[in-house]
Amino acid sequence: MLNVSDLHVAYGPVLAVRGISLTVPKGQIVALLGANGAGKSSTLRTISGLQRPTHGTIEFEGRRIDNIPAERIVQMGISQVPEGRQIFTDLTVMENLRLGAYTRRDGAGIKRDLDRTFTYFPVLGERRGQTAALLSGGEQQMLAIGRALMAKPSLLLLDEPSLGLAPMLVREIFRIVKAINEEEGLTILLVEQNANLALEIANEAYVLETGQVVLEGSAEELRGNEAVRRSYLGY
Amino acid sequence: MEAIGLAVAGYLDVVVLSTPPPPWEDPSLFAQQVLSGIASGSLFAILALAVVLIYRSTDVLNFGQGEMAMFTTFIAWSFMTQMPLWPAFFLTLLVAAAMGAALERLVLRPVEEAPVLNAVIVTLGLYTIFTGLALRVWGPLPKGFGPFTLDFLFFEIDLAGPVCAGEVCIGKLSVATFVAAVIIMALLFVLFQRTMLGLAMRATAQNRTASRLVGIPVGRMLSVGWGLSAAVGAVAGVFVAQNVGLSTGSLAAILIFAFAAAVLGGLDSPVGAIVGGLTIGVVRNLAGTYVPSEVGSVDLVVAFLLIVLVLMVRPTGIFGRRALRRV
Ligand SMILES: Nc1ncnc2c1ncn2[C@@H]1O[C@H](COP(=O)(O)OP(=O)(O)OP(=O)(O)O)[C@@H](O)[C@H]1O
Ligand SMILES: [Mg+2]
Repeated sequence: MLNVSDLHVAYGPVLAVRGISLTVPKGQIVALLGANGAGKSSTLRTISGLQRPTHGTIEFEGRRIDNIPAERIVQMGISQVPEGRQIFTDLTVMENLRLGAYTRRDGAGIKRDLDRTFTYFPVLGERRGQTAALLSGGEQQMLAIGRALMAKPSLLLLDEPSLGLAPMLVREIFRIVKAINEEEGLTILLVEQNANLALEIANEAYVLETGQVVLEGSAEELRGNEAVRRSYLGY
Repeated sequence: MEAIGLAVAGYLDVVVLSTPPPPWEDPSLFAQQVLSGIASGSLFAILALAVVLIYRSTDVLNFGQGEMAMFTTFIAWSFMTQMPLWPAFFLTLLVAAAMGAALERLVLRPVEEAPVLNAVIVTLGLYTIFTGLALRVWGPLPKGFGPFTLDFLFFEIDLAGPVCAGEVCIGKLSVATFVAAVIIMALLFVLFQRTMLGLAMRATAQNRTASRLVGIPVGRMLSVGWGLSAAVGAVAGVFVAQNVGLSTGSLAAILIFAFAAAVLGGLDSPVGAIVGGLTIGVVRNLAGTYVPSEVGSVDLVVAFLLIVLVLMVRPTGIFGRRALRRV
């Protein structure tokens, strides 16, 4: 479904991504692991079109997308839940969700996906009229995911959904993400520092270090890998 | 500030009596001062709407707003020498909107990613450029501009002269200004609260990255915001010029109060722009009338003191939801 090949990303003189190649098969959850500054977010931002690669290609469902602007990539079926959530804090929950469906014109479908979002995240339904700024961190993360789902993506890019949340909440959110993947067949590329949790729900994983892939394999393999255990799982 | 205040006082005919009787002894003087305040306040309000519009849709305060409005009013004046009032008016709106959108595209887009101070400096640059251009094209002499007679097909309204109830009068032009401000406010309210375009504009002003991620063409939204704001500014200019005359300085003086009105009412609130404008107009007028003149010219001081007080209690302004984060 998604094919990234020899991707390079630079911010001026700073090389953030140095030749990453990865594949996300349809229907799977692929985790992108790595420490701070490894280049995980840069990779996601480049896939969603916020950032231009300096070298390499990105193919989505057989089409090159590395030159297409972000606002068109959403339309093609890739939605990103950005790092730090980036919800519209001054708008209501409902307005945030409505904006998620900005590129869509199918009223009935939008209504259906709204109901679906409220099924996965009941708290968003209860607070639909509230200003998003008043939501708790966990609820804001749910809103960010809900907003991305409203675009009806075939590929969801999730950037550190666990950031700054209590472990209980993180677990809850991961459970829902897994449910969405299983029930809807939604393909997910998940960026996480919390390798433990990510490997629990992922099918496959890549480990990044300073902008390069240092390890890849099935989630099971990586869980058993000595180096991964020592560096990322902490046991 | 003082000089501008005096200039505006001169334009707007603030009546300053040496020793006014208290309101309860001369209610009609009081009523007259309130009405005159509403008259000048309507001018602040209508330009404040343009300020609010641009802030709400692009998160920038446009310090060139007054001069842009003045420039488009000169354009209206030129059109009016060629064609009847209504076609000239609507053509002006179109030209203004195109000009606003083009400015955003050509002048502001390059500094979009830069620190917000750059955008502020650019809008200050617009101020200078439009003044210079207007001087060059239309010369330094004030133009005669209205009051016009509006032809509504079945009836006509002559904006010259007052309407009176007993001793208390207000200019018909002021009533028209007020009505125009309320109509624009209602249109903006519908745009921002009831349409997808308005929602996308608000989203763009708030978070451009997130806006792009949901598929909003951010650049186009910014152009639309500037275009609409320039059109509203043109309407403001047409009304202000009928009140105070059309010359290169005529809107800069009003813009100070329009900014004050927008801040007081809440920078992101069209309703706030109107309430803020009227409040400042009335408070200034009453202060000018009733504070003993030995104290000096206090109307401005009192008006701005009120703003400071309101902002201390409500940093977002009376109706605003978002505090001023970026200037
Ligand atoms: N806008 C930017 N300008 C300059 N350098 C940047 C920018 N964004 C990221 N970088 C640099 O690129 C490198 C990779 O950053 P990136 O955000 O992709 O890492 P990450 O793996 O997502 O880290 P984290 O886990 O902290 O989010 C880092 O060295 C970072 O400092
Ligand atoms: Mg990151």
